[in-house]
Amino acid sequence: MLTKRIIPCLDVTGGRVVKGVSFVQLRDAGDPVDLAALYDQEGADELVFLDITASSDARQIMIDVVERVSNEVFIPFTVGGGLRNVEDMRQILEAGADKVSLNTAAVFTPEIIAEGAAKFGNQCIVVAIDAKRIEGEIQVVKEGPYDIDKDSRWEIYTHGGRKPTGIDAVKWAKEIVRLGSGEILLTSMDCDGHQDGYDLELTRAISEAVNVPVIASGGAGKFEHFYDAVVEGKADAVLAASLFHYGTYSIGQVKDYLSSKGIPIRNIGKG
Amino acid sequence: MIAIIDYGAGNLRSVAKAITKLGYQVEITSDPNKVLEADIVILPGVGAAGDTMDSLQKLELVEPIKRVIKEAKPFFGICLGLQVLLTSTEESGGYECFNLIPGIVRLLPPNLKVPEMGWNQLKQKISHPIFEGIPDMSNFYFVHSYYVDPADKSVVAGETDYGVNFCSMIIKDNMVATQFHPEKSGETGLKLLSNFLKLNTNSK
Repeated sequence: MLTKRIIPCLDVTGGRVVKGVSFVQLRDAGDPVDLAALYDQEGADELVFLDITASSDARQIMIDVVERVSNEVFIPFTVGGGLRNVEDMRQILEAGADKVSLNTAAVFTPEIIAEGAAKFGNQCIVVAIDAKRIEGEIQVVKEGPYDIDKDSRWEIYTHGGRKPTGIDAVKWAKEIVRLGSGEILLTSMDCDGHQDGYDLELTRAISEAVNVPVIASGGAGKFEHFYDAVVEGKADAVLAASLFHYGTYSIGQVKDYLSSKGIPIRNIGKG
Repeated sequence: MIAIIDYGAGNLRSVAKAITKLGYQVEITSDPNKVLEADIVILPGVGAAGDTMDSLQKLELVEPIKRVIKEAKPFFGICLGLQVLLTSTEESGGYECFNLIPGIVRLLPPNLKVPEMGWNQLKQKISHPIFEGIPDMSNFYFVHSYYVDPADKSVVAGETDYGVNFCSMIIKDNMVATQFHPEKSGETGLKLLSNFLKLNTNSK
């Protein structure tokens, strides 16, 4: 049986790992290769690296990080942040990443999803969605095929969660899969950084709308949150950053808990 | 010399890094002569079967690969490197493959998410020294939308359950091939690769 994946996320800037609360207030804490190896030993099923500086001169630093990680760590990992075109994707994949994660660029130039999928295969292309609950009365501004309408509940944001787009999260999820995204990394901006649990309604709505795996992200604070994300949210994988990063819980503790609750999990250490 | 065949597959560097980590030297090559000269041949793969067959043909690698396998050289196929060994695939609108292992490559059942992506268990169907130190039902990392359905079930070395019980590992003569990615399956995957290489470097 396919197991549910537990994925630590490492935010990287200038070759170092950091983590913010609700995308601000960054704190420096560690070398990406050491942390990746540690998470691997603890039983992480995959890793995600997000390059949060993502200026073009930082690209080479990230490529070096990817290269060093892939020399030492033999579990799959995804790299995202500032990837704008097929050439950016190629550099990261050739350095040793298994998948690339697209976000802002996918919204403004959706054709790069299809180009990347054609070039590297759908399984390499993760599209990240940063979604936020729509509060109050919905303003329908334009009439594009993925724009929010009267029934929309979540809007997607770009630029690390700073810019609203007027695009409906569920419609967008279906569109990116149609274009060739092999997986969705779904972050709830309302829940991220608050450790009060994942947005289960959002996760379930997206997971039921598409036929590719969905990684739930944003809000993990307790063991139960992981359980709820896979059972109620129907997530295929769960991602967390600060919880693991600051040692609140180890990946092993989360896996033991889920396993005791009957969730299929890869046992740590011995296969 | 251990040759990793380069036809543009995304994961060949990961495979090379895993084998290098195990202390062996590898040569990444798309030169048919180098493939013919190699002591051990590894065919990685990720992506679409049609593209893979087209690339292998364009690089004139199909006949050399068939030849090294027929000459009983140790061969390890990974993911698409397994699928292309069969007769044909349903992928890419239907494609003829190597026909070294009679059988069809089929699409995973529609009731589950496709691709299958993540860690799943390998049920060992035979006893073989390649499994030394690897407990039955160990988890390996899978990324695939299609699976192999060999006509002769005696080649099935391992099976995995994803809506259907599919053949996830084949051993036939000198050929070992896996649907999963040992190069991305942590310690367990490295152990499998290490066992394969030890078995085939000691016997020389």
